[in-house]
Amino acid sequence: MIKKLFGAVGKYKFQTILTLIFMTGEAVIETLIPFITANLVNKVARGALIDEILKTGGFLAIAACISLAFGGMAAFTAAKASSGFAKNLRGMLFRKVQSYSFHNIDKFSSSSLVTRMTTDVANVQMSFMMIIRTAVRSPLMLIFSVIMAYVMGGALATAFVVVIPILGVGLYLVSRKAMPAFRRVFKKYDKLNESIEENVQAMRVVKGFSREKYENDKFEKAAEDIRDDFTKAERIVAINTPLMQFCMNFNWIVILLIGSKMAILHIGGVDVGQISAMLTYGMQILMSLMMLSMIYVMITMSAESAKRIFEVLEEVPSLEEPKEPVFEVKDGSIEFNNVNFKYSKEAKRNSLSDVNLKIESGMTVGVIGGTGSGKSSLVQLIPRLYDVTEGEIKVGGIDVRNYDIKTLRDSVSMVLQKNLLFSGTIKENLRWGNENATDEEIEKACRLAQAEEFIKTFPDRYDTKIEQGGTNVSGGQKQRLCIARALLKSPKILILDDSTSAVDTKTDSLIRNGFKEFIPETTKIIIAQRVASVMEADLIIVMENGKIDNIGTHQELLQSSEIYREVYEEQTQGGDKDETSR
Amino acid sequence: MKHQGKRPEFKKPKKGTFGRVIKTLFQCYPVLVPVAVFCILFSAVAAVVPDFIIQKVIAVIEEYSKTGDWAGAYPKIIEYIVFIAILYAVALAVTVAHSQLMAYITQGFLSKLRIKMFKGMQVLPIRYFDTHKHGDIMSHYTNDIDTLRQLVSQSLPSLIRAGSVVIGVLFAMLYYSLWMTLVVIFGVILMMLVSKKAGGGSAKYFIRQQKSMGKAEGYIQEMMNGQKVIKVFNHEIECIDEFEKINEELCEDSRKAHSYANVLGPIIGNIGNILYVIMAVAGGLFIATGAKNISISGFAFSLSIVVPFLNMTKQFTGNVNQLSQQINSIVMGCAGADRIFSLMDEKEEEDDGYVTLVNAEIDEGGNVIETEKHTGKWAWKHPHGDGTVTYTPLKGDVEINDVTFGYVEDKVVLHNISVYAKPGQKVAFVGATGAGKTTITNLINRFYDVEDGKIRYDGINIQKIKKSDLRRSLGIVLQDTNLFSGTVMENIRYGNLDATDEECINAAILAGADDFITRLPKGYETELSNNGSNLSQGQRQLISIARAAVADPPVMILDEATSSIDTRTEAIVQRGMDRLMKGRTVFVIAHRLSTVKNSDVIMVMENGRIIERGDHNSLIEEKGKYHQLYTGAFELQ
Repeated sequence: MIKKLFGAVGKYKFQTILTLIFMTGEAVIETLIPFITANLVNKVARGALIDEILKTGGFLAIAACISLAFGGMAAFTAAKASSGFAKNLRGMLFRKVQSYSFHNIDKFSSSSLVTRMTTDVANVQMSFMMIIRTAVRSPLMLIFSVIMAYVMGGALATAFVVVIPILGVGLYLVSRKAMPAFRRVFKKYDKLNESIEENVQAMRVVKGFSREKYENDKFEKAAEDIRDDFTKAERIVAINTPLMQFCMNFNWIVILLIGSKMAILHIGGVDVGQISAMLTYGMQILMSLMMLSMIYVMITMSAESAKRIFEVLEEVPSLEEPKEPVFEVKDGSIEFNNVNFKYSKEAKRNSLSDVNLKIESGMTVGVIGGTGSGKSSLVQLIPRLYDVTEGEIKVGGIDVRNYDIKTLRDSVSMVLQKNLLFSGTIKENLRWGNENATDEEIEKACRLAQAEEFIKTFPDRYDTKIEQGGTNVSGGQKQRLCIARALLKSPKILILDDSTSAVDTKTDSLIRNGFKEFIPETTKIIIAQRVASVMEADLIIVMENGKIDNIGTHQELLQSSEIYREVYEEQTQGGDKDETSR
Repeated sequence: MKHQGKRPEFKKPKKGTFGRVIKTLFQCYPVLVPVAVFCILFSAVAAVVPDFIIQKVIAVIEEYSKTGDWAGAYPKIIEYIVFIAILYAVALAVTVAHSQLMAYITQGFLSKLRIKMFKGMQVLPIRYFDTHKHGDIMSHYTNDIDTLRQLVSQSLPSLIRAGSVVIGVLFAMLYYSLWMTLVVIFGVILMMLVSKKAGGGSAKYFIRQQKSMGKAEGYIQEMMNGQKVIKVFNHEIECIDEFEKINEELCEDSRKAHSYANVLGPIIGNIGNILYVIMAVAGGLFIATGAKNISISGFAFSLSIVVPFLNMTKQFTGNVNQLSQQINSIVMGCAGADRIFSLMDEKEEEDDGYVTLVNAEIDEGGNVIETEKHTGKWAWKHPHGDGTVTYTPLKGDVEINDVTFGYVEDKVVLHNISVYAKPGQKVAFVGATGAGKTTITNLINRFYDVEDGKIRYDGINIQKIKKSDLRRSLGIVLQDTNLFSGTVMENIRYGNLDATDEECINAAILAGADDFITRLPKGYETELSNNGSNLSQGQRQLISIARAAVADPPVMILDEATSSIDTRTEAIVQRGMDRLMKGRTVFVIAHRLSTVKNSDVIMVMENGRIIERGDHNSLIEEKGKYHQLYTGAFELQ
């Protein structure tokens, strides 16, 4: 998993390596600085001449400048590398999702994909930067400081041998214990926030039933529960500070005690400057350890995010491209042979079973049935949005799995039930159907979809801006634009999945008449709730519980299908709408 | 998606926010906060003082190392070290105390704030929720609370600690020498200027990063929602190209922001180093030239001044560095606090109603008597100015009289609406989106208050009725069913918290929901989550009808309750609703005419006016708008 994620470094490898080099340089200089400083203190303490002080001071100043240069450059390269890493990661995710089949898309909710591409990537980016900046620097500082301490203080450095393991183990234990506590808390925290969201969304219900107090009590209990857990977790982490302080203090006392004896008795060449340098190194060593433990915590925390990102990258697109794809769809004929279908392998029941169907090119076919009867499943198999579980579907006489997917979907145009317009102008939206469509072609498609009339009432006409989700046009208008968009593909097969539900019956019938007149060659499949929308079709399929209940013309079905008759009567009883709508 | 609002924009916090955070903190823990502050201060002192003693030890070593007299130095050194050890021990104890205390205080404070925010939110008018994005409201509970957590648990303690050390060391430095102090201060000012420059740059780019992040998020969100459409139109490549552009921009802004933030540390650290050199040189010069010292102690320049001074320089710059690192998170925290406070300061829903709903009994003489126990009968209790109380039995008579209303000034959405609904009548509203149907119901239950005209409930002006009691007497079923996490039973009981299991089940039977509920794996104990996403739309709607049924209100409002269900399922739901509506005053809003056909009165609305009224047959005869609608010649939006 780590390897795959690091693949996102890509061309920013150079910056990453540079950062590591710069950080190493900085670490070396940083460990030298206390040494020079000690020297400087010694010189000043001995009352050395100003020249000598200047000389050593000059060294220190130069060292500081070099350290600054390294640190500064690392700052820029690290920023570039980590931002680039995040960019690549986001790009990888986005491209991956584009390669998903409907099956894959159903697995992840869209909001979870958004979180993965934003928050999770940001978390991983921060960790990445932390790793390349400090994960190298801290251990190096630790090692260099220990070496320097030995070089300078000799026996004095033994004090560290005692303290480092104590602190190291202590910090490790604290992080180990804190982590699961935090993970638990964060889970609860998410739950709490979900319940707040629920409350905000249901505010009309809460107020309508005057349940403010009930909600308050419920929330208070949950909030206090979280507080207790959170406090527990935080208190574990709060042990770090005193632990660190204890080690540092212990260290200093030992160094002072032994150091002063050695200095006074002139053992091992220890002098005052060395004692103060040792104190500084002690601090540096402990600080590095502290940083390491912080990194450890941070990395484990962002591991959750990394895992979530990885899940998306790992998902295998479930549609396989054929080895020798067919690049042309001959005509709009459709054939279902013993088709069984379920949305996932685990599903107990088939969403479609034993479907056999033959539709000739150019036919108009209506599909009718209740929710969950399998209408949408039936048509989604034609442009291969999903693959059949058993059996086969032929379009233009060839199994859909043998077509190049792009070719197939360009020839089978589908207006989805849950349809969307994107932010942009009307024209831009329509060009999704055909990038190179001329203005005349666009207008023609709109005329056919009965959209021209209302577009003309907009001041900017075809250049009218559509807001995200198409919120500034009405439901009926949106549906007609979606139909126009699908028509621009000049498809061999056109599928409307309940796409005129918000359109009035008159316009609805105008659209159907237009289809008959202007695109007679195209096979039209129309799913509808209204019997009126399908009753003139050449063939009407009545679906029930994932099976074809009956097939026939309107007249035939009134005789043979109880379901059809029931729906028809329910929709027409007491009214004379069919006559007046024509 | 509604709940995924834009990220809150980073704004400079108002002045006084920081003070208010502190004040609120003190109010939450009036004893513990001062104790914690005292502990932090004490531990700061206990951390600094030993440094000075170490200098004394070093002086002793210097003195005795010339003679090599360990026996002579030993008692002195031991004395100092024991003192240091004691200080350390005390400091350690105090540190343990304050770090544990701060963990406790931080979480307690945040929890109290959260609860206060939530409680405050419950009493906000519906207008607030209609005019604020849900995502924005949510971010108060997530992002803003998180920044505040950072502020209280980390920045504040560092601020106190580093601040007190800086002040302490400043005095100590002045004690030794004014001149050298000035040199240090000069260096520190330089440090602060640089950090302000870099910090400002980083803040600027962080805001930009935030903006391009918002843009990327918006794009991702739109594309993820429309993923299936993208597939159907083979539009993947175009989307990727567009995304690459946005992604590149985001990367650039992120790079700049982090560059500035990263570079701050090395700069400040090394200015500290260089300052150290300057101090050493300056000290040497002062001694060599025999310059005159000015100080509190009155010492002349000598090694015993310069050496401790060098040490103090380190302390000083180190702590100033710490302070400067906290500034960013303090500003962020305050910005978060600002938004939290603004939610808490939001004006709550006003309620000066004094007429309340009480349980009632009716004696033989037909008089209403108030009682404690649940009788199934209710009455309005109406106290008058002269101290007398009258009771009006609850019947469900609603009278809307010449009401004019607009959500914002100058934009009237309802014009002179008058509707009379006698107890048990069914009144329907039909019309296009934006015609004002829902607005009328918003006024009846006082989610919004009428500006002009009056609404009377059982003859009482609803302005006089306590809102919670008014709403208790009205049941609503909305188009968007909102269920809560919990069992099916709990969700039904939401309508009446005192209802027994049996009453809830009876309500479900009445609504026609019992059938499918008992077929769920755990029946009434099935856990619902995510707004009941494991149920179908129709099933959710049935539960929400059962919920309204268990409340048993005399007046019901059904706002597009069946519009997103297919016609076959609607028939089932409709039967449940018909049973529920029996004997109640009902307001129905629908765009499927089959739902409203059997109403006593149908109001056809257009642009905030009632343009036709009457029952189904008379409206059909009228051959007006309703007739057009009914025959499908006209489209409802």
